[in-house]
Amino acid sequence: MNFLINLALLALVAVVLAAWIALPWQGVLALVVLFAAWMAFTRRGQQAASVTSVGISTLGQRVGSSAVIVVGIAGVVGVLVALLAMGEGYSQTLRNTGTSDTAIVMRGSSASEVMSVLDHDSVTLIPQAPGIAKDAKGQPIASPELVVAANLPLKGGKADDEGSVQVRGVSEQAWAVRPNVKIIEGRNFQPGMRELIVGKGAAKQFAGLEPGRTIRLGSEQWQVVGVFSSGDAMDSEVWGDASAVADTYRRGSSRASVVVRLTDPKAYDAFKAELDGNPQLKVDVSTTLDYFAKQSEGMSKVIRGIGITVGLIMAIGAMFGALNTMFAAVAARAREIATLRAIGFRGLPVVVAVMLETMLLALIGGVIGGLLAWLLFNGYSASTLAAGTVGKLSFELKVTPALLWTGLKWALAIGFIGGLFPAMRAARLPVTTALREL
Amino acid sequence: MKYLHLIWAALFRRKARTILTLVSIMAAFLLFGMLDAVRTSFNQAGQSANGAQRLQTGSKLSFIQTLPQSLESQIAQVPGVKLVTYANWFGGAYQDPHNQVFSFAVEPNYIDLYPEIEVSPAERKAFDDTRTGVLVGETLAKRFGWKVGDKIPLQSTIFPNRQGSKNWTFDVMGIMHSKDKKAGGFYDQLLLLHWKYFDETTPFNRGTVGWYVTRVTDVNQADRVAKAIDAISANSDHETRTQTEQAATASWMKQLADIGLIVGSIMGAVFFTLLLLSGNTMMQAVRERTSELAVLKTIGFSNHAVLGIVLAESVLLLLLGGVIGLGLASLIIPAVSANSGGMLNLPSVGASSWALGLVLMIVIGLLVGALPALRAMRLNIVDALAGR
Repeated sequence: MNFLINLALLALVAVVLAAWIALPWQGVLALVVLFAAWMAFTRRGQQAASVTSVGISTLGQRVGSSAVIVVGIAGVVGVLVALLAMGEGYSQTLRNTGTSDTAIVMRGSSASEVMSVLDHDSVTLIPQAPGIAKDAKGQPIASPELVVAANLPLKGGKADDEGSVQVRGVSEQAWAVRPNVKIIEGRNFQPGMRELIVGKGAAKQFAGLEPGRTIRLGSEQWQVVGVFSSGDAMDSEVWGDASAVADTYRRGSSRASVVVRLTDPKAYDAFKAELDGNPQLKVDVSTTLDYFAKQSEGMSKVIRGIGITVGLIMAIGAMFGALNTMFAAVAARAREIATLRAIGFRGLPVVVAVMLETMLLALIGGVIGGLLAWLLFNGYSASTLAAGTVGKLSFELKVTPALLWTGLKWALAIGFIGGLFPAMRAARLPVTTALREL
Repeated sequence: MKYLHLIWAALFRRKARTILTLVSIMAAFLLFGMLDAVRTSFNQAGQSANGAQRLQTGSKLSFIQTLPQSLESQIAQVPGVKLVTYANWFGGAYQDPHNQVFSFAVEPNYIDLYPEIEVSPAERKAFDDTRTGVLVGETLAKRFGWKVGDKIPLQSTIFPNRQGSKNWTFDVMGIMHSKDKKAGGFYDQLLLLHWKYFDETTPFNRGTVGWYVTRVTDVNQADRVAKAIDAISANSDHETRTQTEQAATASWMKQLADIGLIVGSIMGAVFFTLLLLSGNTMMQAVRERTSELAVLKTIGFSNHAVLGIVLAESVLLLLLGGVIGLGLASLIIPAVSANSGGMLNLPSVGASSWALGLVLMIVIGLLVGALPALRAMRLNIVDALAGR
């Protein structure tokens, strides 16, 4: 009998968890309202409310053991939210880099810009396709760019510690294609000169990237003249004049990609069809939105997977901690609960009271964990070698409301399981035995 | 030791509570085992005895820049160099661009520099004699179901062939096995093709090589040899940078992620929670047993013996949960690696992780037990028995 009831409970837990994961916030709100109404207006509900208030008022006497639930769950939520925020920050940074009204053209079968080579003929042919926006002078807004990598000393590292940074050789039109890129310090490079401007993320990662300093690229000296900011993946790059970069890297007149601004997102299909249909060109076309979203896919999935795995294992630990505490709490109040049942209270209010108490503690834990993650890690800068680029990509952890919500849902789920079993025990305690117990 | 029975009985006085606590401790150390395995695999990458003997020479400008093939004969003449070979990144993928394959286009003597890779002499000869032949790592072959004699199509994400097509065809001539399964997982995922075939087939390479690998005769001379190799092309338009394989790998891993910091913060949060959780259990256990402890003292146990018994109990609790947790981790990790089809290659929980884990269990056990144990030690027999 006992065994069957436990089995049924486990099945119930599985069903509730599955429903809970799928539940949007509106659903949760509706549940809360329904539950509050039940407590306020039905006889059973009022009983439950009064038993709950007795339980909660004695929480003060059990600070130590209640803290186990709160801190345990705060730990789970904090770590989970921080890890998910890392994945979120990474994919947002890459996704923000692309828009649906700019397109990137690369040589066919290139997985990323740095692997692509477009010869001079293709570079002159591509801007003639229809659908490209024109600037004030009537020139198509198309920016042929060269993407290479450079080894530079890392900030705060040993003398020999070098990292890789992505270097983009650009022309005037690069600014028209990406209006979000702004010089925030110093000035722009001069065409034809060995001058560089650095993204603010790259300036943070690598040593010697301040305006006025010179750095060595291979055997040549380049001067850093400015810092730019874009708020996306470009922040991790270093820009210079395309022909000067091509010279240093012996790339002649070839380029890696052509980035164009389309007249509007709808012009994309015609633009792509034209380039695909041109027998002189062997190129792949995609919107920059697609391109960068695809680049971020793999890594975001990995980070998310790690976050959820770590969160799950920690959640198991916290759940058993909660079970332990609540079983002890129920045992300590066995006589009180038995008395209530002896004077006519039914099992349900007792179950509700124990569960509400646990979930309240879990909620407090979830809020503390989420708050800690937000305080410590929102805007925290991290870096990795991103897929599809050849430099360190710096990004900021983003603790979004959606992630905090996920954290709270986890907290309540742990509280639900941690409270359910002790609550059932409390309700099924034989009244006579419990009363006789010292 | 003679008190073990007593301690054990005390520990399982309340079975439900102890088991619930044990599961929490187990979860914490399971996580510790898995994360520490990741951290170790990051730290130990490239740190083999064979790796110490190998130098990698790449362009000083950046790793994507290629070097002239003519450098090979010059490097070979540097005193202290035993063997030199070169390779290019091929960027292969099978069927779908997402199925990336670690594929290098290499000079035939490449394998001679990697004694940790095992290929049967017959297969090696077949590979040497076949222009379109490839050698495939064991895990990689298993992942895609390739056998010796198969013709396999590969896409290169970087290099089209002369017809402008990204599709290349190769013949599997042999399977590579790595000798040391623990450290050499990477070689089991590798695909090697002929540099010559590669260079002749793609119009984009033009006789250049991605990097050189050099084996030195004496490990202690590695620094001198590295400097001598870099001196060859100093002030040319293709300056080089030579590092030991260890240093090169460590630098990549560091750029990929600061694993130490991430693992450290997670474990900090986990162990802080664990401290509180098991501390609570021990406090409850001692409070419940106040009268029993008083009886122990009455029958002649000294204050210190009682202190020791309670401390031993909490250390035993942590050790039990921790060892089960770490044991689970060492069972789970190989299973995960095997099921990921070669995508993940984690080392199992190593001796150093076990040692660190055991130290952590004992330290946490002592910390957790300290307060309750002191309380038990200071117990006044008369008060305790009277229930005051």
